[in-house]
Amino acid sequence: MAEATVDRDREIMTVNIGPHHPATHGVLRLVVDLEGEMVRELRPVIGYVHTGIEKSCEDKSYWKVIPFVERMDYVSYFFQMEAFCGAVERLIDLEIPPRAKYLRTIFLELNRIHSHLVWLGTTALDLGAISMLWYCFRERDKILDLFEMATGQRMHTRYFQVGGVIEDIPVGFEAKCRAFAEEMPVRVGQYEDLLDRNEVFLSRTKGVGIVPRERLLELGVTGPLLRAAGEPWDLRKAFDYLAYPEMDFKIPVGTVGDNYDRYRVRVAEMVESSRIIGQALDALPEGPFIADDRKYVLPPRSELSTSMESLIHHFKLVTEGFRVDPGEVYYSIESPRGELGCFVLADGSAKPARVHYRDPSFVNLQAFREMAVGTYVADMIASLGMLDPILGGVDR
Amino acid sequence: MPDAPGLELIRGEIERDCPGAVLATSYDRNQAALNVDPARVLDVLRWLQEQPGHRYDFLSSLHAADYLPHQPRFAVHYELINRERVERIRVKAMLADPGSEELPEMDSCVELFPTADAQEREVFDFFGIVFRGHPNLTRILMPDDYVGWPQRRDFPVGGEPVTFTYSEERYG
Repeated sequence: MAEATVDRDREIMTVNIGPHHPATHGVLRLVVDLEGEMVRELRPVIGYVHTGIEKSCEDKSYWKVIPFVERMDYVSYFFQMEAFCGAVERLIDLEIPPRAKYLRTIFLELNRIHSHLVWLGTTALDLGAISMLWYCFRERDKILDLFEMATGQRMHTRYFQVGGVIEDIPVGFEAKCRAFAEEMPVRVGQYEDLLDRNEVFLSRTKGVGIVPRERLLELGVTGPLLRAAGEPWDLRKAFDYLAYPEMDFKIPVGTVGDNYDRYRVRVAEMVESSRIIGQALDALPEGPFIADDRKYVLPPRSELSTSMESLIHHFKLVTEGFRVDPGEVYYSIESPRGELGCFVLADGSAKPARVHYRDPSFVNLQAFREMAVGTYVADMIASLGMLDPILGGVDR
Repeated sequence: MPDAPGLELIRGEIERDCPGAVLATSYDRNQAALNVDPARVLDVLRWLQEQPGHRYDFLSSLHAADYLPHQPRFAVHYELINRERVERIRVKAMLADPGSEELPEMDSCVELFPTADAQEREVFDFFGIVFRGHPNLTRILMPDDYVGWPQRRDFPVGGEPVTFTYSEERYG
């Protein structure tokens, strides 16, 4: 009988990480084959927070879909709203007024900073820099205060409507927002002082998790991950939407494409977003904040007691919603994680026949295996943080 | 976006190299789309990916939709980007429902676009469209033992009945 030989030095052990694990940034399960501390194979298992949002949207009238889709990627809710509202506006060929375009741009960029702050705080926490979390969440809270001031809610604001935004910004918002946009680059400089020369942070990020640019493109990766590898691809520059064509901003790109470049690109994006907010506030046009098309947009509250027409429109919109002629639209925007696309299929009724989100986290997660295989477990956790998936968006 | 005449030019060029593959074109709401024979979809995708001067080589999204009650019922959409000219084009393959328990089938494009891996699994998971040649076509978001194709239009929305065994045993 042949003796079974076990080479203890080259033993492969399969370890299950998650789905409930603080380092997986959500409900992500990783099945990892380890040889000692080296990751030899990796399989992400997703679907633990799948809630069927896309299916539920088919049962709601168009304007009731908005709060649903916000809850997919719960860190970048303004982007989810913009993707859906923009798609519906293209379906019904509704032009939004200039002020609404600028307001949306301001809130999207505030949301981008907010999302990057959550990413920076939690990822630095994974790497042992606990104080970063408090500094990042201090600034994040200021953004949430701004959201609350303008929309009444800190998260999931339902601020964007088909045709514009629900309310104009209140008195005092502009000054507060401008003060934030001026303060933010200073704060970003302070984060950089904390991290850029931190030996532990550098040795955990430099040269780790490199995937070549061509491979990232094959895998459909977009956003800061792709830009960190040196590909200057940003939908805000590439396609014409909202007020971005009138804004002067740069697209930060990396050179190597390691985790350090990913960090640098996102941090630089926060500064660029602050610049966009400042410019948009300077150039904020006067005028209506929502389109004046009573077939799609609720009439002002003040008209309801005086105008029969307005009352009828209000009643029709609230009970049935508006109908959309048959057609289909794919509209994509640059979210903090990459290309966020929304596909809406209309069948002529007041409810969409299909709402599909092309979520950047879902697609980017495919690159994770190549980022992590061949590195240490600890580096895998760092790479996952730098990938920045939001599992609510992955699973929808 | 290629404009409407540009789309017709692209169609003409594809027609020369792969005759009969493109069934129709549509230019609706500033979006260009090629309606493609599902059996020839790989030919068209490869042409768009490799043809010098076109090179729609970035697949930004792959998703499906159910057009019930229209026939053919299903469609798989490929949203392609030409990053040089900054143009989008949609390739759309309409698939008929084979009826009864059979599932509609078409070729997988994972060989051409590795990004399609997870997205084709998602389409299979929710619509029951089988992609021939996919390396690992299993459910991705729904549980592995789930029965049914939940994003089809005739799949009911609503809760599944839950049996509360404790109450049943105790109170009948």
